[in-house]
Amino acid sequence: MNELLAIIEQEPFFEDMAPEHRRLLAACAAKRSYTAGTRLMRDHEPTETFWLLREGQVALESPLREGRVAFQTLGPGDILGWSWLLPPYRASYDARAVTDIHTLHFDAGVLRERMEADPAFGYVLMKHFAALIVQRLQAARLQALDIYSHGGPGHGT
Amino acid sequence: MAPETLQPRADSALPEQAMAPQPWRIHSVRPDVASNEVFSWTLYPEPGVEPGAMPAPGQFNMLYLFGVGEVPISVSAITADGGIVHTTRAVGSVTRAMQELRPGAVVGLRGPFGTAWPLEQARGRDLVLVAGGIGLAPLRPVIHAALERRADFGRVVVCYGARSPGDMIFRDELDAWAARGDLDLRVTVDRGTAAWRGDVGVVTQLIDRGGFDRRNTVAMVCGPEVMMRFAASSLERRGLKPEDIYVSMERNMRCAVGFCGHCQIGAQFVCRDGPVFPYPVMEPAFRIREL
Repeated sequence: MNELLAIIEQEPFFEDMAPEHRRLLAACAAKRSYTAGTRLMRDHEPTETFWLLREGQVALESPLREGRVAFQTLGPGDILGWSWLLPPYRASYDARAVTDIHTLHFDAGVLRERMEADPAFGYVLMKHFAALIVQRLQAARLQALDIYSHGGPGHGT
Repeated sequence: MAPETLQPRADSALPEQAMAPQPWRIHSVRPDVASNEVFSWTLYPEPGVEPGAMPAPGQFNMLYLFGVGEVPISVSAITADGGIVHTTRAVGSVTRAMQELRPGAVVGLRGPFGTAWPLEQARGRDLVLVAGGIGLAPLRPVIHAALERRADFGRVVVCYGARSPGDMIFRDELDAWAARGDLDLRVTVDRGTAAWRGDVGVVTQLIDRGGFDRRNTVAMVCGPEVMMRFAASSLERRGLKPEDIYVSMERNMRCAVGFCGHCQIGAQFVCRDGPVFPYPVMEPAFRIREL
């Protein structure tokens, strides 16, 4: 527990949380490692977990008829998974370990119960995830703009 | 108080010869992507030409194709024997004509112009460089300088985003930087391929991974303006002060000495007061549509 708390305290995602909220998170966390190729989430399947990625790389992929296409990768310090927050608690993409990965795994089902029971904690965690989702949404918009196809500094006219 | 702009180097080409192109010969042409849409020239002065001050990292030269036109091109490297490397993307009439030139051709060069990246200000601090697309070219001399004087800086983090693996420039050098233990190179592409094993996503997500001291870091950002705006937001979110963030702007520079006004943004002339600006100077302009 102390080791998990120490890890959480060092991560920017949790840095402005109150000590009691970090302890709640640590109580729902466990260290988990996965080998390359492990499928952590599958599109449309129930998910009751989120992960803090500590080492390695995870690809977020959309299944297509022709196979899968990675639209984003996550690395150390990144949070994987927010589908546990809102009904129907189903993943909206695949997540696959590209390399061997080390994570903190959070039991989100239990966390959700804690959030309901302690609205202050629920609000704090929801705010953190809302910020994360906004950040990812903005990144997705930037990606969709295809900004590099329209030039950029240093190349004249 | 309004943020101050950077001062042009005292030994820059102003005013002598600032308007008179000098003949420089193309020694070599190197395609930087398979399509040759991006290419680098290494130029040397013709006999009798006094090369003058070497460009500082971030400065640019005006390159003149006789009978075609003149364009501002950033300097992407200085060779050990005084050659200047310019990296260009063929996107307009002049740069497409440049694409056709081969070693031995002579072009006109005047410069260097503009402000440089504030390397001295970064001394003793962490250095974060954020490049998008061909924006890596104006930052490459900073990387060279930082590696030459590696002990002068803390952590050196280079975040580079490209459209796809095939659009990444300086691939050999990226591989060499990745192999070094004293530089943290992070590369991502907006669109991966089946063979791509690196990161996918926008360059700002590489900033979000941290790995630098938020209280003691200087960041230099170069790429499309929308990318620079998002990168600056990410850097601020990571705790950097706006005044520790620098951006390199591009506008339609003609005279390069602040006379003609073609490159004016508000009260700033990009050619004279930039192209490198403290972020607080340019931040208001980023919020003005179609400026």
